[in-house]
Amino acid sequence: MTGLAPEKTAEPSVQPPNRRAPRRATGPGFRPSPAGPGVDAPSTLTRVLSGIRHTFSSPKYGPVLVTLLLFIAVFVAGGLRYNGFFSGQVLLNLFVDNAYLIVLAVGMTFVIITGGIDLSVGAVVAMSTMIAASLLQGGWPPGVVIPLILVLTSLLGLLVGLMIHVFEVQPFIATLAAMFLARGLCYVISKDSISIVDPFFVSFAQTRIPLGGGLSITPSVIIALVVVLAAVWVLQYTRFGRTVYALGGSEQSGMLMGLPTARTKVLVYVISGLCSGIAGVLFTFYTLSGYSLTAVGTELDAIAAVVIGGTLLTGGYGFVLGSVLGVLVLGIIQTIITFEGTLSSWWTKIFIGGLLLVFIILQKVLTAKRR
Amino acid sequence: MNATIGKLAANRLFWPVVMLLALFAINLVAFPGFFAITIKDGHLFGSLIDILRNGAPMLIIAIGMTLVIATRGIDLSVGAICAIAGAVACSILLGSSDPSNPATVAVAIAVAVGISLLLGVWNGFLVAVLGIQPIIATLILMTAGRGVAMLITEGQILTVNSPPFKAIGSGFWVGVPIAVVIAAVVFAVAALITRRTALGLMIESVGINPEASRQAGVRARGLLFAVYTFCAFCAAIAGIILTANQTAADANNTGLFIELDAILAVVIGGTSLMGGRYSLTGTLVGALVIQTLVTTVYTVGIPPIATMVFKAAVVTVVCLLQSPATTAAFASWRRTAALRTAGKEMAA
Amino acid sequence: MTGAAPVVDMTDISISFPGVKALDKVSFRMFPGEVHSLMGENGAGKSTLIKALTGVYGIDSGVITLAGEHVSFSGPAAAQAAGISTVYQEVNLLGNLTVAENIMLGREPRTWRGIDWKAMRARSTELLAGLHLDIDPNSLLNEHSLAVQQLVAIARAVDVQAKVLILDEPTSSLDADEVAELFRVIRSLKADGVAILFVSHFLDQVYGISDRLTVLRNGALVGEYLTEEILRIDLVQKMIGKELTALDDLEKRTHTASTSGSVDNDEVVFVRASQLGRAGSVEPLSLPIGEGEVVGLAGLLGSGRTEIARLLGGIDRADAGELTISGKPVKLRTPRQALSHGIAYSSENRREEGVVADLTVRDNIVLALQADRGWFRPIPRKRQDELAESYIKALNIRPANPDALVRNLSGGNQQKVLLARWLAIAPRLLILDEPTRGIDIGAKAEIQKLVYSLAENGMSVVFISAELEEVLRLSNRVAVMRDRQLVADIENDALTVESLLALIADGSDSASANSSVEAVLVEAGPAQSAPSQSAPSQNAPAPTAPSQNTSGGTP
Repeated sequence: MTGLAPEKTAEPSVQPPNRRAPRRATGPGFRPSPAGPGVDAPSTLTRVLSGIRHTFSSPKYGPVLVTLLLFIAVFVAGGLRYNGFFSGQVLLNLFVDNAYLIVLAVGMTFVIITGGIDLSVGAVVAMSTMIAASLLQGGWPPGVVIPLILVLTSLLGLLVGLMIHVFEVQPFIATLAAMFLARGLCYVISKDSISIVDPFFVSFAQTRIPLGGGLSITPSVIIALVVVLAAVWVLQYTRFGRTVYALGGSEQSGMLMGLPTARTKVLVYVISGLCSGIAGVLFTFYTLSGYSLTAVGTELDAIAAVVIGGTLLTGGYGFVLGSVLGVLVLGIIQTIITFEGTLSSWWTKIFIGGLLLVFIILQKVLTAKRR
Repeated sequence: MNATIGKLAANRLFWPVVMLLALFAINLVAFPGFFAITIKDGHLFGSLIDILRNGAPMLIIAIGMTLVIATRGIDLSVGAICAIAGAVACSILLGSSDPSNPATVAVAIAVAVGISLLLGVWNGFLVAVLGIQPIIATLILMTAGRGVAMLITEGQILTVNSPPFKAIGSGFWVGVPIAVVIAAVVFAVAALITRRTALGLMIESVGINPEASRQAGVRARGLLFAVYTFCAFCAAIAGIILTANQTAADANNTGLFIELDAILAVVIGGTSLMGGRYSLTGTLVGALVIQTLVTTVYTVGIPPIATMVFKAAVVTVVCLLQSPATTAAFASWRRTAALRTAGKEMAA
Repeated sequence: MTGAAPVVDMTDISISFPGVKALDKVSFRMFPGEVHSLMGENGAGKSTLIKALTGVYGIDSGVITLAGEHVSFSGPAAAQAAGISTVYQEVNLLGNLTVAENIMLGREPRTWRGIDWKAMRARSTELLAGLHLDIDPNSLLNEHSLAVQQLVAIARAVDVQAKVLILDEPTSSLDADEVAELFRVIRSLKADGVAILFVSHFLDQVYGISDRLTVLRNGALVGEYLTEEILRIDLVQKMIGKELTALDDLEKRTHTASTSGSVDNDEVVFVRASQLGRAGSVEPLSLPIGEGEVVGLAGLLGSGRTEIARLLGGIDRADAGELTISGKPVKLRTPRQALSHGIAYSSENRREEGVVADLTVRDNIVLALQADRGWFRPIPRKRQDELAESYIKALNIRPANPDALVRNLSGGNQQKVLLARWLAIAPRLLILDEPTRGIDIGAKAEIQKLVYSLAENGMSVVFISAELEEVLRLSNRVAVMRDRQLVADIENDALTVESLLALIADGSDSASANSSVEAVLVEAGPAQSAPSQSAPSQNAPAPTAPSQNTSGGTP
């Protein structure tokens, strides 16, 4: 967002040699999706191999695959090292403990694909918990409180989006203002922690959905997964979703192609606000309290998850499922540190920082190769 | 008259200064003794002195941040560097047999600053050599840095008892708070270095057009190393002042959100986040606006915890006023005003 | 053709920007099934007119009708829906999305489940096949060359079943083959009754493809003409609006500095490239540049002329061959190293790689000199003022204010500021890549004169220009580039525009190349006829004149 993109200006627009006959610039076997007919490659094996190489070196798919491999590797390593690690419940708990973060990461993915950033999500989560706790304390029914929270957080996102679009304030600054506002409102509501005793919230927090075999998840996980599925559908199968990608590619081009860029740009912040609201509600289920200092720095976790999940911070590339994977990687590192016992919690931050470094360099390498 | 105001409004220092004056006015109404400065025990006291002293660490960081932002960069890691510098200094002082010895304090500060410089070089390496977007490059240290600080303090809050160290945060020199003196020195040094040498020209040139600068033979790499290292240096100084003021290193909370305040100060001061032309004076005004706002909230009697809401309001207002849409609106208003004046003269 | 009613009719269109009247009561019309060229120098108002037609800009006054109906577009989307499609010069597509999406974005086939990717791919494949483009619609657009991207943009335009297709400088990044391919597509669209608005700086192409011309100058309409009825020289005069005499006095001074053929002598060679090349950019080539010599680099855009210049200037790194400066081998890794050897490269891309727009004229002039000294040894302010003032005076920079921001200067004056920057470091070799592009004729003549006097004072100059007349007028020697290779390196004593054109266009062995040669030669037809027709006129220099002058004038 600060727009230092030397690779764009530094590189001369040198075209590779263009002979007329072989205009196929991609590798002979490159088929990201099910291979179409009529690709005459030498043999299936070399085709598959070159396809794999191509996919790994693609800025679109490469980082996600690396993340997937990393997750599997860490999971297997943990399983070999610790007793009781290699269980379905450990895996499921990653979802249970991080349901709210998954939802946050989904919203953040939309914003980052457009090339923006949202620093307000952690503060909005805290604000949601405060609103929920204080209204429930005041006797409001959950059926009113929850929708109200979602409307308010979406409204905040709308304001941020309008600030960014109409007044051309940088996303960094606009969402920073929203972050201050949300945090400040938390303190205005109360500076103390408010616990929640509302029966609906309590029962929702305590419900476990058995999956058989002694495994179980919480309703929050279901909600998070529904949000994820909805986001996948929106990004992949709607014009709005494709316009989100177009914005990350080039807003100018998108506009000249006749896409509704303005509306889309504002809407991604509304979506991020809505997701923050949902995440806030899930977080409230998880903690059964509202506290103004909660979720400090969560925006960094969400951004880290999105980056580790393969979304380019410069925009244009990324998948919601990648971000989910990113959250799981963060979660499993936390789990490992818990299992290790002797490692102190601050190692989590150092690990996440190290992972970010690795993935950012990976992204750099992959995009640099493509000019 | 209208035209003059319009012309003034086009100056990028106009709105920040108006904002600062407005805040002063509010203070004056709420607290008539706002501008009074008294001398007690040879030390200066008063609201304005408080603003300067409390704002010093943020101002120092904002100075470094201004140069980074001018090169189209941003440094999110300054808060973490504050924490690391404080943690290093305190752990050295705690580990020494004589923490009250000024020489020990000097060593502790030197090591803390030295380590921070290395961190700055690291940021510079990521940005200048690997070519990673600054916001992302410094995000790494922002995330990992507090972990490193906690590693140094082993998760504890390190409280030190060292009068010379404490003096950096809360002492006075010729009646002026030492923190303010340090900030003034950093400001003067930054202004001198950038304006008396060609550093300022080079930074702006790289910030406005990196490729054209490269072709003109400007070595951006060295410049980027220099500004990120300088920014880390500023962060280290600020971190030491903050830590000294509390006589304790708190890896979690030292310098928390200070990067955001510093960036805000720069933006309010009229330096664009897109890089290019910068104004250290603007940054000074921006830092004063933010700190005065914080003080105002106290003076007026609003619960201090609500400060953030007001910060949000100030950011929003300043950004909206500086936005191209508003500038355009002002320009057209100026034109019509001028036309109207001309019309009146014609009529008369 | 002319019997039908116009599909587009713009009447008395005016558009103002703060301080500028971009279009002043301009009228413009297009008929179905014709190719209409919009001609004009930079700043004539071509792009403003296009943006008015496509709804990017609102108009202040005037009337636009499309197929007889009054229209007022709220934006590009509305214009597109009404049947006006645009392919912009800098391909405005999305490199991060697939080819199929770039073709169909905004009009994706949908089912109840959302976008129907399968149908989308099928439709794209069909459209690409129509353009003889065999690429995977699933591949990312940025994996393809600019030329392919351009054709994808046309495929997108074709898909909306446009009544009007606007091609804004579509050929600037294409080679001869690709231009021929594009023209084939244009002709077939034309046959389908599409009205095509064609903008190109290449007169050959304009004469080769268009039926009708509209000329704009300084935001005003000059006139509408049938291509076959207007002579090239008349067209140029209408575009630039000034008599060509401004350049006349240069003729007499041609080649006084010529060292006639002795450049291979190592004593006078300043820079020598030996098999210097860069993969994917320019094939290895050898080129000596003598002291005080003006070497012209001729060739089409993308022929390697800019690429070799960038290697000489250290902008890009050579990966083959070697470079010697004054007989010593050197490796140039950065522009800074080249500058330290006395080689300055002045980019063709003035705005993006040349001037620093938000700095003052003074700062821009001293920038390279200051960078050379390092930031800790600032040039004293007094010296800066002297430098700025002397160059403002010497190059006639307007406004003559060293504190003016370069962004507020006209293109020609920006170019002069850039030149001043390089002259301030007193280079031994100055590489000028299209220094006269897009600037007014007066500034052009001044820059040409400057190149002369520099060479006369012993500076070596590499001069690149798309205008062959200009290259011939200025150069002692001309190196001709084609398909990334050096195809000729000859003394400028018997060269003419025709012989140069032939060298640039001459074909090689392959069949496809042969066909393209024909295309270029055919299109070059008017180029040959126009100067000969202009020869009797006193205003225009006959292309053969320089060589005659040389042979006669050199002692």
